[in-house]
Amino acid sequence: MNCDECGKNKATVHLTEIVNEQITKLNLCEACAKKKGSDAEQHFGIADLLAALSDVEAPSTASGASSSAAPKSRCSVCGMTYEDFKRIGRLGCAQCYATFHASLLPLLKRIHGSNQHLGKSPTPTASSKDLRASDRIREELEAAKQELQRAIKKEEFEEAATLRDKVKFLEKKLSEKKIREGMK
Amino acid sequence: MPNVDHLLKQTCEWLKGTGSNSDIVVSSRIRLARNLTDLPFSHWASKKQARESLDRLSEATGSADMLKNSLVIRMAEIDDVDKQFLLERHLISREHIVEPEFKSVIIGDKEVINIMINEEDHLRIQILQSGFNLQECWRIASRLDDTLQRKTKFAFSPEWGYFTACPTNTGTGLRASVMLHLPALVMTKQISRVLQAITKLGMTARGLYGEGTEAEGNFFQISNQITLGSAEEDIIDNLERIIRQVIGHEENARRTLMKQNREMLQDKIWRANGTLRSAHIINTKETMSLLSMVRLGVDMGLIEDFDRRAVNELFILTQPAHLQKIEGRLLSSAQRDVKRAYLIRRRLEGR
Repeated sequence: MNCDECGKNKATVHLTEIVNEQITKLNLCEACAKKKGSDAEQHFGIADLLAALSDVEAPSTASGASSSAAPKSRCSVCGMTYEDFKRIGRLGCAQCYATFHASLLPLLKRIHGSNQHLGKSPTPTASSKDLRASDRIREELEAAKQELQRAIKKEEFEEAATLRDKVKFLEKKLSEKKIREGMK
Repeated sequence: MPNVDHLLKQTCEWLKGTGSNSDIVVSSRIRLARNLTDLPFSHWASKKQARESLDRLSEATGSADMLKNSLVIRMAEIDDVDKQFLLERHLISREHIVEPEFKSVIIGDKEVINIMINEEDHLRIQILQSGFNLQECWRIASRLDDTLQRKTKFAFSPEWGYFTACPTNTGTGLRASVMLHLPALVMTKQISRVLQAITKLGMTARGLYGEGTEAEGNFFQISNQITLGSAEEDIIDNLERIIRQVIGHEENARRTLMKQNREMLQDKIWRANGTLRSAHIINTKETMSLLSMVRLGVDMGLIEDFDRRAVNELFILTQPAHLQKIEGRLLSSAQRDVKRAYLIRRRLEGR
């Protein structure tokens, strides 16, 4: 396959661009890809990426429920709408994370491969700072398990599902951590 | 009023050319993003709200012991050359220059700590160290973060960690990055393969001046991309492992060049050295690529009459705003090229 740009050299770089939700594919040689690269980075910003991702990931909240639940998609604190966020690529305030929780869930998962924070928190308990990372995860895991039992008893199934995922996630982290610490 | 001029007289910590692996690793950096709970993020804030976050965070940082004797600079109060000057020293981002109103930067002793207020996030804490030293950066950053969060409340949830304006920073809000000088990987044409591998491992590679910049002078900035789902120590650990491999590859490439292409390598290094010592007009781009070769010569023990720190300094001193600060007046591009060549000649002669 020859380069789409110069038509001479062999195409070794395959570039996918998303412009106005239209996907175009370009096959380029190394020299043309380099030239193109700087342009591509310019207009292919984070906003485009987010727009593309969130459209794919959250069709039900975006199209299905949006017309009836329109007020809900505006942040009550800063006034940002989900449309604004898709356009700008940045959220408006801390509260937006709660307002757009359902849409952000799959988005964060896509970006980071995870939906659960691990690591520092603003109010560490005096002891947890000195603990080994695996002990800290174990503590969190125990807490999540207890919460899960409580949620099941109360029949709060949506929350239980989230907690179940958290438990699974932490169990996986813990076993990885153990293997690593064992290796050290 | 404090001004940026006295920075010109000092060498910032990260340029010192010391620390482990400093023949390949120029500097290490940790950045933490934090936001106030009750005010909109900087880009979405009204003027009144932006003023409030600036005031509150100025107060919180102003009373922190770790930031005693820091230089506090309001972005709206300095001219374009000063702004560019701070950018060239890696003390502020490009984003911090646009719409400077209600933005400030706090620069700590030896430029190790610096804090941007009202950049993309309300607070951007940045720690810079010379050489391969992410652990020390993290220790300082975390201690400063602890201090500041006793004074003000940061937006956080146990589920998603620290809230940031852009979801790509959500979680730890941590960006760990390392600036590498990789001339041998570039010369042996292995660099794109190495960078591709880095990207596959969830890291990103950029040029000397961050996002969207070219890898001038064979400098590459490698940093983590993922901020949610891994603890800070793990993110850093992971990046360190990858960097160690890249260092190994660069060392191999240098050895191979020495063994198989010694004449070619020496020719490049000594020609670069000769050009820099003789040129009377030179632009930034040529300077960067020639200095890169000279630095390689110093690192490989081929050039012995000056040290790594002197070369490191030249990379920054020859940037456009630095030249104009040194000269104390505005210079046209052509005037800068002359001044740059003069400065390099003098420095390389040890004057």
